[in-house]
Amino acid sequence: MSMFLETLIGGLLAGTMYSLVAIGFVLIYKASGVFNYAQGSILLFGALTFVSLTGQGVPAPVAIAITIALLVLMAIAIEKLLLRPLTNRSPMTLFMATLGLSYLIEAVAQGIMGSQVRALDLGIDDLPIFVGDIMISQFDLIAAGVALALGIGLSLLFNRTRIGIQLRGVADDTRAALSLGIDINRIWQIVWAVAGVVGLVAGLLWGARQGVQFSLSLVVLKALPVLIIGGFTSIAGAIVGGLVVGAGESLAETYLGPFLGGGITPWFAYALALVFLFIRPAGLFGERQIERV
Amino acid sequence: MSEIDLRIAAPVNGSAALRAAGLAAGTILILAAPLLASEYWINAIIVPFLILSLAGLGLNLLTGYAGQLSLGAGAFMMVGAYATFSLQLRVPDLPLPLALIVSGLIAASVGLAFGIPSTRIKGFYLIVSTLAAQFFFEWLFLKFPWFYDGNSSATISLPRGLTVFGLNAETPHGRYYLTLGAVALLTLLSFNLVRSQTGRNWMAIRDMDTAAAVIGVPVTRAKLQAFAISSFILGVSGALWAFAYLGSASVQSFGLSRSYQILFIIIIGGLGTIRGAYLGAAFVSLLPLALDWLFQHLFSGHVDAGLLQNIQKGIFGLLIMWFLVKEPEGLARLLGIRLAARRRLFPSSQN
Repeated sequence: MSMFLETLIGGLLAGTMYSLVAIGFVLIYKASGVFNYAQGSILLFGALTFVSLTGQGVPAPVAIAITIALLVLMAIAIEKLLLRPLTNRSPMTLFMATLGLSYLIEAVAQGIMGSQVRALDLGIDDLPIFVGDIMISQFDLIAAGVALALGIGLSLLFNRTRIGIQLRGVADDTRAALSLGIDINRIWQIVWAVAGVVGLVAGLLWGARQGVQFSLSLVVLKALPVLIIGGFTSIAGAIVGGLVVGAGESLAETYLGPFLGGGITPWFAYALALVFLFIRPAGLFGERQIERV
Repeated sequence: MSEIDLRIAAPVNGSAALRAAGLAAGTILILAAPLLASEYWINAIIVPFLILSLAGLGLNLLTGYAGQLSLGAGAFMMVGAYATFSLQLRVPDLPLPLALIVSGLIAASVGLAFGIPSTRIKGFYLIVSTLAAQFFFEWLFLKFPWFYDGNSSATISLPRGLTVFGLNAETPHGRYYLTLGAVALLTLLSFNLVRSQTGRNWMAIRDMDTAAAVIGVPVTRAKLQAFAISSFILGVSGALWAFAYLGSASVQSFGLSRSYQILFIIIIGGLGTIRGAYLGAAFVSLLPLALDWLFQHLFSGHVDAGLLQNIQKGIFGLLIMWFLVKEPEGLARLLGIRLAARRRLFPSSQN
């Protein structure tokens, strides 16, 4: 029983790391209807910039400030050069454009800052904590706390502030929002910048775990099933989806893996997502699309 | 409208003889190409270009015509390659061309299975199904030695080499004609298919599946057909990629980056066009060579390989975005001004 609990809790905590990545997606999808494949590369870009700066002797808070400034600039550039010309195009076109964007960001990040693995030390000791006889990783616990705090903070931003309400307006009905005088381009810039910062947080935590390197951008593929299960439009869904995927992966690897020869994590999350889709085609918290002909 | 009618009617009738002559000249050129090109060109450029075109064609039927976005092209190619290997190894009596067809059918049934979710979900949610295929088969073909016959390097290569009905096709010319034959046949098939009821059903679904269902298009059946036929072509192209081009292949030959490459081919070439697959494949296979050549001449080898790779990647990314912003119909549109006039007559083939 304690082994089951340990696997479950370990999985749930790892799942919050997936949630962190997924939240960045949800923000952008909610506000601009873009499925942003480049979120993974933005995450890599943020973490890589931070590591390079601290490697040059820049103190960490300054490095964070510079990285955030760069992410904001990037958000503005993306909105001006890519999103604005593509307004009113099909969601598929926008998705493929972000695929191209991810190639560009990865190439620039790696071309300038190199592609070797860099260690990232956030000063969090990864010591196991024992609750009864169940072992919990301290690092995972802190990461989970960060994910939760971000989730709550962003929900407040969406529900309580002026910008958040404008944002929801844009997400709900772009044309109505425009006619009410909401500056939709400004909203997009803000959302992409916020998603970039969320990506930076996720990138730092993931980077501290597995080193900062190219494979960091592949966490986007981990976040996809999370989004599917939680629904594209819900931050709460992203968190719950992350927990489901994390727990499911870890339990499957322990209990199902031995029968299948192990190593099933890469595809298990996708299989799980497909099962969820058959039951709820718009995810657990997603909004059901109503189509008109 | 009458103005357009005149413009269309005149050249088609007037240049029928010219067109036939052009077609004949083109055919002779294609058949005689191996005599003109060096061995290096055939092995390293023409054969992979043809196979990539075929793969692009397969994906274009699914994504460009039927509108079902797939990120798992590599998976279906992988199935085709491993199926051909197994058939050649375990059913030695089956000649290679038949083995290719059977492998295509196996890939088609796999495609059908992973296409089933498309009957219930659509759009981005569908990416999950094709990505599931991608990761599942990468795992499957690496995990179980049966699939690569317990080979210590986990690679597959044909046990008796490339033989077509007893003839050795291992030479550059043999590879070329084998590939060309498969590509020509499947292109012809696709060409007719997209002009048939099936193709029109696909385009109706792509443009709006709810509306298509309302006017009586059998949406479920047409979607599954698209998955099966697309996977058949991808499977054959995967087998050719493994054995006519690479010689020996592994799971890495058909990884996620291959899937993206095929998707980029059809975006750059033109979604929902047959010629787009060829133009895109030519672009994708020639651009790296051109960049290599350019950097060799500009910096004579001072640029290190890693940086060059990143520059290539960046340029690809930029081009994708540029095409989507400026020319969403890709190279096919840029080069096909005559086709554009004809399109106005048949708006159904317009995206």
